[in-house]
Amino acid sequence: MVISRRSIGGWVLALVTLPLCAQGRFITVASTTSTEQWGLFAYLLPIYEQEARVKVRVVALGTGQALDVARRGDADVVFVHARSAEEKFVAEGQGVKRYPVMYNDFVLIGPKSDPATIAGSKDIVAAMKKIEATHSPFVSRGDRSGTHMAELELWRASGIDLDKARGAWYRDTGQGMGPALNTAASMNAYILTDRGTWLAFKNRVDLKILVEGDKRLFNQYGVILVNPEKHPSVKKELGQQFIDWLVSPAGQKAIASYKVDAEQLFYPNASDSNA
Amino acid sequence: MNSVGAAAAQALQLIVGADPKLVAIVLLSLKVSLSAVVIACMVGLPLGATIAVGRFSGRNPVIVLLNALMGLPPVVVGLAVYLLLSRAGPLGGMGLLFTPTAMVIAQAILITPIIAALSRQVVEDAWVEYREQLRSLGETKFGAAMTLLWDVRYSLVTIVLAGFGRAAAEVGAVMIVGGNIDGVTRVMTTAIALETSKGDLPLALGLGLVLLAIVLALNATAYVVKETAQRRYG
Repeated sequence: MVISRRSIGGWVLALVTLPLCAQGRFITVASTTSTEQWGLFAYLLPIYEQEARVKVRVVALGTGQALDVARRGDADVVFVHARSAEEKFVAEGQGVKRYPVMYNDFVLIGPKSDPATIAGSKDIVAAMKKIEATHSPFVSRGDRSGTHMAELELWRASGIDLDKARGAWYRDTGQGMGPALNTAASMNAYILTDRGTWLAFKNRVDLKILVEGDKRLFNQYGVILVNPEKHPSVKKELGQQFIDWLVSPAGQKAIASYKVDAEQLFYPNASDSNA
Repeated sequence: MNSVGAAAAQALQLIVGADPKLVAIVLLSLKVSLSAVVIACMVGLPLGATIAVGRFSGRNPVIVLLNALMGLPPVVVGLAVYLLLSRAGPLGGMGLLFTPTAMVIAQAILITPIIAALSRQVVEDAWVEYREQLRSLGETKFGAAMTLLWDVRYSLVTIVLAGFGRAAAEVGAVMIVGGNIDGVTRVMTTAIALETSKGDLPLALGLGLVLLAIVLALNATAYVVKETAQRRYG
């Protein structure tokens, strides 16, 4: 085989025209790193795809970023966890309607040595106050994700003005949950995380759960169809069909049956109209 | 804890096991990066050669700019391509966001300056040597550029490999425009980023070693082909 000067064009053409992706019926869901990373979608989607014969493509981002992607019309459905941001999204006319789907909870993680002595407490506000008072290292997501918004809410509830209180102890990482946990593990810092990501997280080093069970640590997930009137490219029927399934008894049962190490991670509550 | 040992064991297991999911990810990585290299070469090589033999005003600033663009941050390229292909962007109607095609576009933009800038240097060196000869043959500037490009083809192999290496190794651009969708746009580097964020560092490093092995195999093949061809056809 001689690659002559002439035949190069043919080679080039053959390579470029290689089929790059097989198209089919699919919807794009902008969701959060927490749902993707601990494997909910890997478990849930095959069940749905089998039933509905539609592929679901999940782009995993922080809640703020996922909503922004949807605002540009780049997703059909958003599946996120920050109620006030979701309600704002719908109020702007970007989303059609918000459906509560399921909940789990946040936990406060910290080093076993626990310099702020908060282990075993059920009062998250008191724990946050102690961390600030002792200036113990705390890692923040800092990325407008649902978890970051929840963290800021907790600082507010603790009466701490972060703008004034933040110093070298408060590490704003601007990263996803996993990288932020890696950072916390390497510097023995406190960090707020959703329970699912923590259970699936492998690089724990000296970290463990210190505060859990406070009702202010509740973490609600909602799903919204992106408004097709604003974004004509939205696949209205296929998107709504996916949402309908998530909140249906079949979808809710599938969510409840997902377990990691025999532990249920998400609790379906689509029927709770206050969620 | 011996994490490097664990990673090496993981890598070996991944390669030997030939996990179908991993194979699909590897093939997609190769397809995307090779396509990007081909497109970048179609644009970058003629561009570099033309600048090398050309004499036009503003040539020096163009060369400096081209050289500077070799340092384009992948995240910036990813963001620009994202805004371009987003439904709200100028090319949104094509529906290319979150597809492998979008990833090819981003990588091609990233490496075209590398290929153009490096080939410009190589061709210019050859031009200095053969200028009189080519002129006496009555070649046009563009014809001379193409002739020189063919003449230095063996040196271009390294340049193309540099472009491929950059494309295959970057994660910032493909993460943004591809979305790291399982089974659709997940490539080696985004898979590594995902495993890192899950805290599964041995698996992440293992995948990294697999990527390294693939790039190494590709470079070895290119080297052998180049050496053989050079010896046979000079």
